[in-house]
Parts: sequence; structure tokens; C-alpha cells
Amino acid sequence: MENLIALLIAAPLLGAAVLLCGGRRFDRVGHLLGTALAATSFVIGAALFANMLTKSVDDRALHQKLFNWIDVGGFQADIAFQLDQLSITFVLLISGVGTLIHVYSIGYMEHDERRRRFFGYLNLFLAAMLLLVLADNYLLLYFGWEGVGLASYLLIGFWQHKPSAATAAKKAFLVNRVGDIGLSIAIMLMFTTFGTFAFGPVLGSVGETSEGMLTAIGLMLLLAACGKSAQVPLQSWLGDAMEGPTPVSALIHAATMVTAGVYLIVRSGAIFNAAPDAQLVVVIVGAVTLMFGAIVGCAKDDIKKALAGSTMSQIGYMILAAGLGPIGYVFAIMHLVTHGFFKAGLFLGAGSVMHGMNDEVDMRKYGGLRKYMPVTFVTFGLGYLAIIGFPGLSGFFSKDMIIEAAFAKGGTEGWILGSITLLGAAITAFYMTRVMLMTFFGEKRWQPDAEGHLPHPHESPKSMTIPMIILAFGSVFAGGFFSIGDRFLNWLEPVTGWDHGHAPISATTVTAATVVALLLGVSIAWVMYGRKARPVPVVAPRGSVLTRAARRDLLQDDFNHVVLVRGGEHLTRSLVYVDHTLVDGVVNGTAASVGGLSGRLRKLQNGYARSYAVSMFGGTAVLIAATLLMRAV
Amino acid sequence: MSATAVHSLWTTAAGPIDKIQAPDIEYAQLAPVLIVVGAAVVGLLVEAFMPRKARYHAQVFLTVLAIVASFAAVLGLAEAGYGTTKVRIAAMGAIAIDGPTLFLQGTILLASLVAVFTFAERKLDPETHGTKIDSFVAQAAAVPGSENEKQAVKAGFTTTEVYPLTLFAIAGLLVFPAANDLLTLFISLEVFSLPLYLLCALARRKRLMSQEAAVKYFLLGAFSSAFLLFGIALMYGYAGSVAYARIADVVDGSIRTIDPVLADTMGNDALLLIGSAMILMGLLFKVGAVPFHMWTPDVYQGAPTPVTGFMAAATKVAAFGALLRLLYVVLPGMSWDWRPVMWGITIATMLGGAIVAITQTDIKRLLAYSSIAHAGFILAGVIAVTPEGVSSVLFYLGAYSFVTIGAFAVVTLVRDAGGEATHLSKWAGLGRRSPLVAAVFAVFLLAFAGIPLTSGFSGKFAVFKAAAEGGAGALVVVGVISSAIAAFFYIRVIVLMFFSEPKADGPTVAVPSVMTKMAIGMGVVVTVVLGVAPQYFLNLASQAGVFVR
Repeated sequence: MENLIALLIAAPLLGAAVLLCGGRRFDRVGHLLGTALAATSFVIGAALFANMLTKSVDDRALHQKLFNWIDVGGFQADIAFQLDQLSITFVLLISGVGTLIHVYSIGYMEHDERRRRFFGYLNLFLAAMLLLVLADNYLLLYFGWEGVGLASYLLIGFWQHKPSAATAAKKAFLVNRVGDIGLSIAIMLMFTTFGTFAFGPVLGSVGETSEGMLTAIGLMLLLAACGKSAQVPLQSWLGDAMEGPTPVSALIHAATMVTAGVYLIVRSGAIFNAAPDAQLVVVIVGAVTLMFGAIVGCAKDDIKKALAGSTMSQIGYMILAAGLGPIGYVFAIMHLVTHGFFKAGLFLGAGSVMHGMNDEVDMRKYGGLRKYMPVTFVTFGLGYLAIIGFPGLSGFFSKDMIIEAAFAKGGTEGWILGSITLLGAAITAFYMTRVMLMTFFGEKRWQPDAEGHLPHPHESPKSMTIPMIILAFGSVFAGGFFSIGDRFLNWLEPVTGWDHGHAPISATTVTAATVVALLLGVSIAWVMYGRKARPVPVVAPRGSVLTRAARRDLLQDDFNHVVLVRGGEHLTRSLVYVDHTLVDGVVNGTAASVGGLSGRLRKLQNGYARSYAVSMFGGTAVLIAATLLMRAV
Repeated sequence: MSATAVHSLWTTAAGPIDKIQAPDIEYAQLAPVLIVVGAAVVGLLVEAFMPRKARYHAQVFLTVLAIVASFAAVLGLAEAGYGTTKVRIAAMGAIAIDGPTLFLQGTILLASLVAVFTFAERKLDPETHGTKIDSFVAQAAAVPGSENEKQAVKAGFTTTEVYPLTLFAIAGLLVFPAANDLLTLFISLEVFSLPLYLLCALARRKRLMSQEAAVKYFLLGAFSSAFLLFGIALMYGYAGSVAYARIADVVDGSIRTIDPVLADTMGNDALLLIGSAMILMGLLFKVGAVPFHMWTPDVYQGAPTPVTGFMAAATKVAAFGALLRLLYVVLPGMSWDWRPVMWGITIATMLGGAIVAITQTDIKRLLAYSSIAHAGFILAGVIAVTPEGVSSVLFYLGAYSFVTIGAFAVVTLVRDAGGEATHLSKWAGLGRRSPLVAAVFAVFLLAFAGIPLTSGFSGKFAVFKAAAEGGAGALVVVGVISSAIAAFFYIRVIVLMFFSEPKADGPTVAVPSVMTKMAIGMGVVVTVVLGVAPQYFLNLASQAGVFVR
């Protein structure tokens, strides 16, 4: 069975190779081939999952070693895979949602002449992401980590003819670089500390390592997670990444890649458990991002950017849960999976709306679409209900667990975190209701596009609606399925461990509070955007200081510009000055003197055999004299 | 006085004639040399008896065949364990058959094979008077610019004698690193030197320069041979023998019996020191070490470029082989005496070659100085006096010789109306016009500079590592500095080729025949393979790195 693991990765990798290197002859079948290979991966994953279910809890993990990758003295790295409960959860999510989004893209990208390439990149992404979650050591994980970064870069900038898309791709790449440095430093620290990269030995020997070192490794891993998962302070790229085609936003920048940071932290749980300081920082990052994303999501008029803010905020929830330690790991992953369903569904719905509205993204120019796009409306609506945590739907269960876990952290910390997660839930309800109302309800505010055509919204083709419907099913039922009888908890607990913490208030109270927060958020949104008496203005009003800041992503770019770009420029300039005067002076001076010496020595080579002979004679004399002298000394 | 009595004043009656002891010759172990010598003799017969038209093909075929057969013999000997377990001293103590011998002979033969390919190239120049012409003069005896010469060109003469000459040179080169006594050393040196002097004089273009180079080479070579021979005489005086093993025994004191004939001189340290210094000088001249290097630029520039490539590669390999054997077999007992001196020479060679190369404007002279600098790097490995020193030098020599021949082969391709365009200014913008040729040359230059993933890096790393472990850390520092200086002029050529505007009347790149393509191709392949995956060859060199005594 374990021999199938490599096939999981090989299928999409083959697709990427064929589609990207095969050239034009695959133009006509490229999208089908790519989709088929993604589906192959899912089928293999499902088979492995079914096989895993038949085994006892203790020997569910499978290992496959392909070959020895690097073997230099003490430096050993293998191409080896590990498939355990945590990995298979990701495998199913990635390949399942991935396949659906491949199908969706067939319709969505139909008129794009570079569709084959698009599917090649999607396959490449799948292969890299599967490698990331299947690797059995940090070095190979890093390989997958960089691979998804590359695929993300290529796909954000897929419409590279748009300067904004090219810039956004570059921005995502650069910001991710900062995080990747964290991961590479963490791996180096691991190597110096443990002498290996493999999960088993590294995580197994945490007990013998100083807490300081573990904190350092943990913080570096967190930096990596911040980059990939768009957490404060490395969050700035995610909003711009929405320049990519919508299926990309759904797959990479909502459902899977951006959750890699959560995977990394949960996978490295043993390190964080032994480094409380690092864990505290994780929680703080999660809490701050949770609020940050939610606030940004409230102010955005661009439907995809509003959803991006929401993604950031929801991942904040997951990171926060992961930072709680064993209390929260399982729920972080559970929320990750349910979020994968409903957020992918929401993005696909947004893509469907854009498809019908001449690629308009400004929600102020939507309105009243529910009649024109019924399937999109219903699936989007179910995703909406799931994300705000409407009782009984997926998000309700998973988010509620995180809120409970936050309280269960105990002490003041528990109260603070619990309140923040509750407040976040209210804001989530607010901004998602706002999106819903502005898009599907109210008056038509449609505007003619650049060529003067009014949009004619229409339902999208079947290839697009069917994935949306399937995802809607996931949005509705996944949470309940996972929670009833603690299925998900029992499934993951052997890998991540679990601790029920010290809840200061009962679970029922928390649930009630969550529902109140939800109702509060929805009502405020309805008051502001839903009433006929107060139609949504087509041109955004000036808004308060906070609104304006939130529209600018809470000034993240301004902050980066002033602190990092300007600071960097000053630093560069001063370094260039030192380089020009001091370093170049020395270098050029040396070069000039060597050159001068060369010119002078060259004159010795005058072309006369007689002077050459003299030089040889003299040389021999010196040679003999020196030899004799050596003996004399 | 009787007739008999008168006669007995200046003659004496002979005793009974002793039977001459027939020397014991191990033909099988000497086969690599014998094959080449035999082929050379056959080559002379070909010159004498074959019609002119047929000679070229016959000679090229014969030469290539001989080299391949000889290489096969070397492989066979290595396979039979003569490099490792069955090392021996053959031919009555004259020739050592051991790992270094076989490794170097193999290297020399491969380098020679590649060089012969460049010798045989006849497509670079257009046909004149219906004859394909190569790099060599129509008739060597014709005075440059004379009526005689014109007639020879018109008659379509070619100097096919170069092939037997080359074979003789190869034979000498094969014996040189294997020589196990000083006289064999001297004779093999002359055997390869004399044909090389001649070959240097045979350039088709710029004949005066070529002849000047040959005369200089000959004069200075003779001068250094005189030193070498004198050194051998002194050494004989010291040790009472020319055999390496015996000298070594006397040096380290394990033989104390004094030959009564040499009672006055034997064991006199002054003779040993002066003699060894002079022998060293003779070998250092051949490797082109400062201050015995001054012939190199002039000869490299004047000689026909294929010959230059051959000399730069094969001669250097053989000379370093002989030097290694001398220092490791004969003189290890006095390494305290020669090491400081060799340190000085190594430093001077590394720095001197690298510094003077900076201001060169002719590509062949540039490569000549580069070869001097490389001789310095190899010397750093030589004086490590450890087994790693030997194996690193062997590896370096193998790597370096292919880069060198390849580089000189590329030089033959870049041509203008006057033949090869060797002035650097003419190479400007070559990368725009002939990207492939320029890229190949860039690979060679990067290998010379020792950039990783080329054989140059692996080799340099090996010798510097050996030198550092042999206690010559300071030498390594100087070596790295020299490498940095040297990188400047290598990279400068790359910059010139790729980042300068091509000149309007710049040279053209000739399309060579499959011969030169093979030579360059082998150079590139070896350069890259030894750069990317050197371990197998490093292991081979380290297996081969033990001398027989």
C-alpha cells in the first residue's frame, strides 16, 4: 500500500511535465488530462484512506522511502514519505478540492488561449502541495513549500500582461521569501541541534533539547507559517494575490496553500509544546490576524478582496487554535478542512458572479443577482451560512470548537482569547452578511463596462456549478459529520494529541454566546446594507478614519513602505557609499597595483633568448644557493 | 723489436670473450611504449615509400591506431593489476611500472589522441591549388617567403612527417614519468624534446615567428638539458649510481658502503644538494615554473596551435610525472632541504603566471601564462609529500590537459585573412556571432578559473586540500589569491566575448571537420564530468597514487 504514496504526487507531476513541456499539441486535451490526473490523485488518496480505516489506530502511519537524496558525510536526506492521519486529511482535502477546482476551471478558463499552461501550473501546484504534506522530513517539506510558492507565483501572475497581476505575483513571491528564510533557518537549527531533518527523530528528541533552542526553532517556523499563511506581519500579499484567476484564489489562496502554515505548526506540535514562549507568540499572531483580516474584510468593496480578508481572519483562527497546543491542534485542522470547503465554495461563487458580470469585482456594482444566478446564489448562500457559523452547518461546529478551546486555555489568557474569538465571530457575521446583501440582494446597481456594455448576468455552465454544488454539500454537512461522536477528534488525536483544557464556562454557554455574536453581526449588517430605505451607494462614501484605513488594508503597505522600503533604501544607499569609497577603493587600488606590477614584469619578457638564458642561469644559481643555505641553516 | 712487441705497446691480448648477458626485457609491460615507437618507425617508412597523396590518410590512421592500441595496452596492464598489486621495475631497473606510470601514460595517450585530432584538421583553411591544407607548413625546408616555398605550396605539399615526429615525442613522454634511473630520464627527455623543437617550427602561417620560437625553444632546452646532465653527473658522484632506488638509499643512509672508485665523492652532501638542484631545474624548465618559464609564452605563441595544445597538455603531464617520481622516490629523505626552495618556486610560479597574464593581449600568450600559473597550482600539490599530494596532482593533470587542448582547439577556429586571429581585440563580441563556440570557450575558461561544476574546481580543490593537509597552508592562501587574480583575465575574455559589440571586420569562426569537433567535444565532456561527478576519477587517482621503489 505504501508504494502508492509516491503515485499521489507523481500523477499531477506528470501532468505538469506533459502540459508545460509538451507544447501546443496538448492544447486541445490539456485541461482534460490535467483534471484526470488530479482526479487520479484523489482516487489513490481515497484508496489509501479506506485502507487506513481498516487498520488499528497504532499502525495507521505508512512510510515509503524512494531513494537517498543527499548523502554527504553526516548530512543525510531522503526522498521519503510519511502518510499518517494528519497527512491523509490534507491529501483528501487537497486532491478533492483540487479536482473540483480543476473541473470548475475547464469552464472558467474556456476562452483563455493559455488554458493548457494554466492546468499545467495547477497540476504543478497539486504535486508540490502533496509533497509538502507527505514529506517525512523538513528538508523535503521545504522542497514542497518552495514548490507551492513557485506555483502560487506563476498563477497569481498568470495574466502577466496586466501590470497589477505581475506586481502582485512579485509581491507575493518577495513576502513569502521572508517567511521561507524563517523555514530554512529553522531547518538549519534543527540540523545543528538534532543532526537530522526527519520528523520522527527531530520531534522525538525534543525532550533532550534546551528550551531556548526550541523557542528559536519554533519562532522561525512561525515566521515561515506567517509568510505562507498571510499572518501579521507578513499578510500584505494575500489581498493583491486576488489578481490571479478566481479558481486559483479558491484553491491556493483560500483552501489549501495558505493553510500550509497551520500544517507546519501542527506537525511541529512537539516543538511548540515544549516551547511555551513560542506558543504564546503563535497565539498572539493568530489573534491579531484574526481581527486584522476581519476588519479589512468589512471595508473592502472588491468581492474577492473581502473574501481574502476573511481568509486571513479564518486562518488567524486556525493559527490561534494551533498556538493553544494540544487543546487546539485538532480543532485547527478541523476548521481548516471545513474552511477549505466553504471558502473554496465562496470563491467559486464569486468567480461565477464575475463570470456573469463582465469580470466586474466591485460589489457596489452588483445587487439583486439572486434571481439571475439561482444556483450560484444558493451555493454561495450555504457557504455564507457555514462561514458565519449558522447553527448546524460546518463552520458552526469547527469555529465553536476553537472558541471553546480558546476559553479552555484557562486564566486571563483564556478569557482574552475567548473574547477575541467571539468578537471575531461577530465581525465575520457582519462582513459576510454585507457581501451577501450587496451581491445578491437590493437594487441592481449594474454599470456598463469599459466598452459600454451593460452586464447580462446569467447562470454559469455546468462545469462550474457542479463543483460549487459539491462544495456546498461539504459546507453544510462536513462540520456535523466530523463533530458528531467526536469523529475527527478520535481520528487525529493519535497524531496531534489532545487535552481538554480547563474551560471556565460550560460549552453550552460558549455556544450560546457564539450564536448571540452571530446574530449581532448579521443584524448590524442588515441595518446598514439590507434595508430598502437605505440603498447601497454605487460610489463608496468617504467613511470614517477606520474605514478608510481598512480599505487600505489597515495601512499595511504604507507601513511596509515607510519602515522597510524607505529604511532599506537608506541602508542600501549608505552601504553603496561604503562600497564605492572604501571597498571599491581597496579593490580598485589592489587591481591597479597588480596591473602595474604585471606591466613591469611583462617587460622582463623581452623576446631575447639570451636574457631568458640569463634568467634560467640566475634561477638555477639561486636554487642551488638556497638549497645549500637550507642545509647550512 | 718484434712486430708483436711493437704491437703490444698499444694493444693487449684479449682474454676469452665473455658472453654478453642478454638484458631481461619485459615486453608486455613495456608494450605501451613499444607500440608507439614501432608505429613511429612504420610512419617513417610510410614517408619514404608511400605516394604523397596517400600519406595523410595512412599517417593519421596509423597514428590514431597506435595511440589507441597503446592506450588499450595501458588499460590491460592496469586491469592486470600492474598499477596496484603487481607493481614492478622493468627493463633492468630502467622503467618503473606502477600506478602513477600507468595513470600518467593513460592521460598522455588520451591527450595525445585528442591533440592528433587537431593535427589532422584540414577544413579550417580553404583548399589551395586543389589540396586540403592543415596547420603545418607545405615544406619545412623551404625558406619563408621564397620562390621555393611558393612552389611547394603550389605543388600541394603537406608535411605529413609531423605524425611520426609526434609518435616519437609521445614515446618519449610515455617513458619520462616511468623513468627509474637518471639516464633513462635524460634520454626520454631528449626523445620527446627533439621532435617537439621540430614541430614548433612547422607553422603554415607566420613562419618566421614559428621558426624563431623553435630556435628559442631548442636553445633554451639544450641549455636546461646541460644543467640536467651536469646534475646527473654530480648525483652519480654522490651516490655511485644513477638508479633511483640506490640513490634514495644513499640519501637516507641505508647504504654506507663506499664504492672505492668514488671514494672521494661518495656521500658528499654538497654534490647531492647541487646535483639535485640542477636536476630539479631541468624538470622545472619542462613544466614551465618561474623563473625557468620564459620560453613558454614565446614558444606557445609561435608554434602551430595544435602543437601548442599538445605541448601544453602532454608535456606538462609527463614532466610533472617525472618530477613527482624524483621527489617522492629519490629525494624524500632530503625533503627538509628541497621543500623550502620548492615553496619559493611554487609561490613565484603561481603569482608570476597570474600577474603577468593580466596584461597579455594575445590569446595564445594568455593561455601560456595561464599554463604557468597552473603549473604553480600543481606544484602546490607536488610538494605536499603525502599520498593525497600524488593523487591530487594526477587528477589535476588529467583534468587540466583536456581543458588545455580543448581551449587551443577553439583558438584554431577563430580566423581572419591572416590565419588564426589570436589578438584579443578580435575576440570582442564573438558570443554574438558564434554563441556555441564562445560558450564552449567560456566553459574552458571557467574551468581554468576553477569555477565549481567544472573540472578546474575539482582539481584545484584537490591539490589545495592536499597542500593544506601537507602543512602548506600559507601556500594555499597564496594559491587562492593567485586564483583570484587569474580569474580576472579569464572572466575578462568571457566579458569580451559576450558583452562587447562585435567589430565590423572581425574574424570568422571556421566550421571544423569532425576531428576538431571531437577534440573540443571531449574537452567539454571531460571538463563537465570531472566537475560534476569527480569522485570516481579521484578514487582512481588515489588508487594510482603509490610509487614503486
